[in-house]
Amino acid sequence: MKRWTLWVPLALFALFIGVAAYQLTQPKNDFIVSAMIGQPLPEFDLRAASLDRPALKTGDLRDGKPRLLNVFASWCIPCVAEAPHLETLRRQGVDIVAIAIRDRPQDVARFLANYGNPYSRIGADDLSEVQLAIGSSGVPETFVVDGQGIIRYQHIGDIRASDVPLLMQKLAEAQ
Amino acid sequence: MSVSRSLLVALSALLAVVSIPVAAQYSLPPAPYAYNQLADPDQEAVAQDLMETLRCLKCQSQSIADSDAPMAGDMRHQVRTRIEMGEEPEAIRAWLVARYGDYVSYAPTVSETTWPLFAVPLLLILLAAIILWRRLRART
Amino acid sequence: MIAELGLAALWLAAALAVLQLVAGALSQREGAEELAALVRPAAIVQGFIAAFAFLMLLVLFAQTDLSVKLVAMNSHSDKPMIFKLSGAFGNHEGSMLLWITVMALAGSLIAAVERRLPEKTMLATLAAQAFVGVGFYAFLLLSSNPFERLPEPALEGMGLNPLLQDIGLVFHPPTLYIGYVGLSVAFSFAVGALLTRQVTPDFARAMRPWVLGAWIFLTLGITAGSYWAYYELGWGGWWFWDPVENASLMPWLAATALLHSASVLASRDALRTWTIMLGVVAFSMSMVGTFLVRSGILTSVHAFAVDPERGTFILGLLVIYIGGALLLFGLRAGTVSEGTRFSVTSREGALVFNNVMLTALLGIVLLGTLYPLFTEAFDVRVSVGPPYFNPVGAIFVVPMLMVMAVGPLLRWRKDSISRIRLPLLIIGGATLAALVLISLLTSIAILPLLGLVLAVGLGIGSFMPIRGRKLRLLPIATWGMMVAHFGIAVALFGMASESAFSEETLAAVAIGGSAEVGPWNIVLTEVSPTAGPNWTALEGRLLASYDGAAAIEVNPQSRNFWAPPQETTESALATRWNGQLYAVVGREAGDGRWQLRLWWKPFVTFIWYGGILVALGGVLALIGRVMADLKRRAIKSRGAIRRAETAA
Repeated sequence: MKRWTLWVPLALFALFIGVAAYQLTQPKNDFIVSAMIGQPLPEFDLRAASLDRPALKTGDLRDGKPRLLNVFASWCIPCVAEAPHLETLRRQGVDIVAIAIRDRPQDVARFLANYGNPYSRIGADDLSEVQLAIGSSGVPETFVVDGQGIIRYQHIGDIRASDVPLLMQKLAEAQ
Repeated sequence: MSVSRSLLVALSALLAVVSIPVAAQYSLPPAPYAYNQLADPDQEAVAQDLMETLRCLKCQSQSIADSDAPMAGDMRHQVRTRIEMGEEPEAIRAWLVARYGDYVSYAPTVSETTWPLFAVPLLLILLAAIILWRRLRART
Repeated sequence: MIAELGLAALWLAAALAVLQLVAGALSQREGAEELAALVRPAAIVQGFIAAFAFLMLLVLFAQTDLSVKLVAMNSHSDKPMIFKLSGAFGNHEGSMLLWITVMALAGSLIAAVERRLPEKTMLATLAAQAFVGVGFYAFLLLSSNPFERLPEPALEGMGLNPLLQDIGLVFHPPTLYIGYVGLSVAFSFAVGALLTRQVTPDFARAMRPWVLGAWIFLTLGITAGSYWAYYELGWGGWWFWDPVENASLMPWLAATALLHSASVLASRDALRTWTIMLGVVAFSMSMVGTFLVRSGILTSVHAFAVDPERGTFILGLLVIYIGGALLLFGLRAGTVSEGTRFSVTSREGALVFNNVMLTALLGIVLLGTLYPLFTEAFDVRVSVGPPYFNPVGAIFVVPMLMVMAVGPLLRWRKDSISRIRLPLLIIGGATLAALVLISLLTSIAILPLLGLVLAVGLGIGSFMPIRGRKLRLLPIATWGMMVAHFGIAVALFGMASESAFSEETLAAVAIGGSAEVGPWNIVLTEVSPTAGPNWTALEGRLLASYDGAAAIEVNPQSRNFWAPPQETTESALATRWNGQLYAVVGREAGDGRWQLRLWWKPFVTFIWYGGILVALGGVLALIGRVMADLKRRAIKSRGAIRRAETAA
């Protein structure tokens, strides 16, 4: 074999070590980011998920006011953790609508009774159709939607106290 | 209680708590086409081929054809419903990729993020040819 | 007490490894005979003591000693004994202890049994083995101590993942590890040969049985793992190109190429550089695989402990060992002269072709496995799976299979196509006939079609070397080659058939109702609760009838474990000579009907029968080589005695 070819395995190995070492320093993140950011919401018309909030359809999100779209479920543990922070956002004047994934009305009612109800509307997505259509891959996720119904930002995972200012800022940008 | 004992008790309690609501994902029945095949066997075969190349988003490395996760079932429902309505498999794949990026598809497409996957085999073929040519030229 | 004994044994074994390393390294100088004399005993004793440490871990699990952290996290008093024991290595720390035990025992075996190497090379080899061992001992003792105690004993264990509570787990990891880690011997041999510049046919002959041994276990381990995933995971898949599966395939590919390359080096004194490189690459692939599985940087169904700190430690070991070996390779391999020449049509030519194809395939699997890791560094996520690996792999596998069918018929050094034109015609004719028949009678995709057709050609070709030779005089090693190649053909046939001809039926069936899949008619007679030592289940009772024959009973279950809480599906299999019925019972589908998933997979069992045949071929080859070697030694010593007598 030619002299220089003997060094190819070592060179390839060095490349691998570089990438692996870099990846080890990165926080492990299994999130799949939606590719629909910047795209308009799909057309949907969901039935009401709970008795005391109206249903949700795309038109409700195109009234000129930016708002948060929260994807949640009664069986989702982190959703419990983010409930107080959603309430904080609501008290700051943010309109929050929700999509409940694969949930029975009684389970949604129980969740809202236990952990509070910051939502102005809740739609029931029994087959995850809307969830798939907006590129959401799990619960909880929160989308910033502007007044024309265009998705502007996606927050994956539960909302922590430190995320509240960021979401407020994204809402302001969506004006 | 010592720290580790209480930790273990807390962990067991958490596991018990977690398992109940997670099971509630199943309180709604699976989507109609999650576990039902299309009536037309040819359409079903097309759907099956497509599902084997789409990735389950909630699982660790499984296709939606192989996964029992409810979301995978919902994705199968989407695929089968659309195939039944006459949509082309590649259109369905494109629809999903437009929502989740290349991650959701196992089928390789040449793009600015995946071109090395195709360039390297070509390179290897070239290298193999060169090595074999040099080694095996009649030398005796 | 036992845990402390185990830990002490581990420290002692580590110390012996250090001794082995230092003595072996220093004995390369002249006049160091006392040091040299220490190396072999150190290796042998190290093996026993490491094995003792592992035995202590087994005892802790057998007793469910809940004061030990590992037992508390991975075991449970209700588990059946066999799974308590296999739980010892069904976790990160325990499996690393298994790794180091196999490595130490391999070193003992070399020290005790290997006689063919020049003394300096032997000592360098043992030093290299110890060098690698020391790093892994450090990893175990400093960051993955299996014997760590809890400040207070736990009330109860957290149990073992129910998916792992299966007979397959008892076999799959040990066989796989003996294979994986057995390749460290080839690595040490290669490094030893590079250090002492002794790359000779004797070196290849000495290395070959060790590679064969490890390769046999690796083949069995992969085959067992594939079958276990098939029936345990509940959807009938037997290979998914998952990163951890690939991590076991890559060493196998390298080891297969190494085997063939070492044969050429042993018989014809050619392919020296290639053999050395493959010797280094094979175990490097094992180590890279260990890193990928345990560092958490790749997503996989199989992934172990997700811990970047440990990942960094292993990465450091990789840099030292693989980087060091490849550096040595770059520096020294250039001075290894190439051996005798050969022509294109010769057995060497075919083996070179085989090597290049296998290495290219290894490159493809490596690329596909690591590519998502590479793109994630740029915040892009891609998925690489069967739709990539199958066709791209086929580019290299198809030509390789074709050459494999006729390669063994060629003579060494120089041969001609016309000499073997009759067997070529037979093989080619059969392949063509299969192609025409299958294309006409079925409509299957191109890859499975190629698979079936090549399986036929290879199957016939593998036994062609019998032509013109007396069966009784055929060396056992040649039988080994033929059986192993035939095993590949059988496995390939199974893979292609499963891919092309499988049928699936999903049906919601009421009690008393029936469903059909392929030639089977299945009646659901009842669904009843049942229980096991640490689980409860709903068991379906299905009566399955093949093409109207008498019905047989299959009982799929949907199990609920309580420690840890998890649901698993236990598939039920009905095996015939021509395939398997695979039945799974799912949830209640509402209004009293049950979800049934049924598959008919023609000839799927050939995949694993083929794998076993391949391993069997390896065993025959190993026996043949060992016997030939013993015979050669006997002749040599008889000759030496005779010469001594004549001289006297």
